Amino acid sequence: MDTYTGKSIFKKIAIGKILFYQKGEQTIKRTHIEEVDAELKRYEKARAAAIEQLDALHEKALKEVGEANAAVFEVHAMMLEDDDYVDSIVNIIESQQVNAEFAAATTGDNFSKMFANMDDDYFKARAADVKDISERLINILSGKEGDQVIGDQPVIVVADDLAPSETVQMDKKKLLGFVTKYGSANSHTAILARTMNIPALIGVDIQEEWNGKLAVVDGYEGILYLEPDGETLARLQKRQQEDLETEKLLQQMKGKEDVTLDGRHIRLYANIGGVKDVADVLANDAAGIGLFRSEFLYLEANDYPDEETQFRAYKTVAENMAGRKVIVRTLDIGADKQADYFKLDKEENPAMGYRAIRICLERTDIFKTQLRALLRASAFGNITIMYPMIISVDEVRKIKRIFEEVKQELKEQEIPFGDVEQGIMIETPAAVLISDMLAQEVDFFSIGTNDLTQYTLAIDRQNMKLDHFYDSHHPAVLRMIQMIIENGHKHGCWVGICGELGADMTLTKTFLEMGLDELSVSPAFVLPIRKIIRELSIG
Amino acid sequence: MKTFHYTVTDEVGIHARPAGALVKEAKKYESAIRVVKGGKKADAKKLMVLMGLGVKCGEEVTVEAEGPDEDAAITELETFFKENL
Repeated sequence: MDTYTGKSIFKKIAIGKILFYQKGEQTIKRTHIEEVDAELKRYEKARAAAIEQLDALHEKALKEVGEANAAVFEVHAMMLEDDDYVDSIVNIIESQQVNAEFAAATTGDNFSKMFANMDDDYFKARAADVKDISERLINILSGKEGDQVIGDQPVIVVADDLAPSETVQMDKKKLLGFVTKYGSANSHTAILARTMNIPALIGVDIQEEWNGKLAVVDGYEGILYLEPDGETLARLQKRQQEDLETEKLLQQMKGKEDVTLDGRHIRLYANIGGVKDVADVLANDAAGIGLFRSEFLYLEANDYPDEETQFRAYKTVAENMAGRKVIVRTLDIGADKQADYFKLDKEENPAMGYRAIRICLERTDIFKTQLRALLRASAFGNITIMYPMIISVDEVRKIKRIFEEVKQELKEQEIPFGDVEQGIMIETPAAVLISDMLAQEVDFFSIGTNDLTQYTLAIDRQNMKLDHFYDSHHPAVLRMIQMIIENGHKHGCWVGICGELGADMTLTKTFLEMGLDELSVSPAFVLPIRKIIRELSIG
Repeated sequence: MKTFHYTVTDEVGIHARPAGALVKEAKKYESAIRVVKGGKKADAKKLMVLMGLGVKCGEEVTVEAEGPDEDAAITELETFFKENL
């Protein structure tokens, strides 16, 4: 197996044989002609035929990819009617007494150079359009037109570059994906790939000998696997299958409300681990982000991330969610998540050790930087803050004092921020038992079922030997969840679940019956759970 | 000769499709129509040179019409620019 990387245009998986596509343009002979008039007529006929083809393609593209993308063919037809372009070809045929193919190729080169030399990316990309129309003319002139690119079998098309007309002329049913060496994210081909929902990679160092070999295009990671091994193939086939199912659900469930048959609403949010996951949240139509793990900012860095870096990340997410709720969990480092520069001591029992809010309350400089960044980002969207690993009311009061200090500083510096809801994770048995007291301090609870289960059952989830003692539906855990919801509601807190148990579809009904207000799951689970919710009746 | 100034607000500038539409519009008139950007002039009846001007969003152009129907041309073209660019 070989792997190659490229820039991904569309997040999807394609699995199939490679077709190495070569254009028939390379060799255009310069031939001296005697009958200039006849050659001019031949050219004029070809030009008329090309315009006719483009009109037909325009019609076809209108139906397949919509007006905005079809416009390219209209433009191509106009280019073929452009006086300068036409005159240039005629001039070359007349003055040099050469064949029309050569005249068209030379003219195409000249005009495409003009565009390629422009400093704007958009106009640069038009060079490909000019080449494309010249190639069309040449193909008609030399009788090469009408060759079917793709045979009977579906393929992944690999090419140096693809012109828009080439992609539209390909039989979509047999086109699994594109891999090209050149092209830009702005090119028509890239736009068409997106519109047609076909994975595409650009900037890949392609090779002709790949022709006929089995390959996988992983549009999520931007990787091409050539002759993938069994394990890789199985893994990506599974992902592809999941995509198919999500797509089906998407058709049915996108834009629908998260409401039961008898009218109970629940907020269905998604969990994310970084800025790049926002696309998945939007694609799966979650109503908000219920857990934004801020650790990635710390784990990906070699030193404490500064306020500006954090601000940019939070702002990007808030803006992309456009007013929908974004619940950011403050730094939850320690235990199994370590960053060297924190210089944390090795611990006997890290799950119960120096981690999360315990670090933040001692190292307030780190905590304040994060809070400042979050508050500043709240001016750009619906930012909500949530604190992990709480065991006492005193901790919450300390946090709130620090939060107020940071707000005061921002006010003094006249830096804008928005209204921010504050909540805590309920993931220790201690927090559960005093949830009535905690509820009076905060706006909401989010239940972290992974740690809560581990602490309640005294079972280390990393220890495989304990697997058959472990019961995720243990009545102790379910009773705790019930208790948290009741105590929260009594004191005006809304209550959500952001742990793995939230995605357990056998419990969705139970959670709704308990009165849960919010459920936050991995983006891929949003639509399957929406389907369940919409088929439920709570009574 | 009649002229007007216009600042392009379309986010990609005078790109292919509106340039094509502008050519169509300009060809309706007998007068010579030119788009001028920073000293460079382009015949508005010719798609390639017009695109070759590379007019981007926020840039100001001057549109000139010269000929028997220049009055009508300049009025109609000003409306066209406002609606499409």
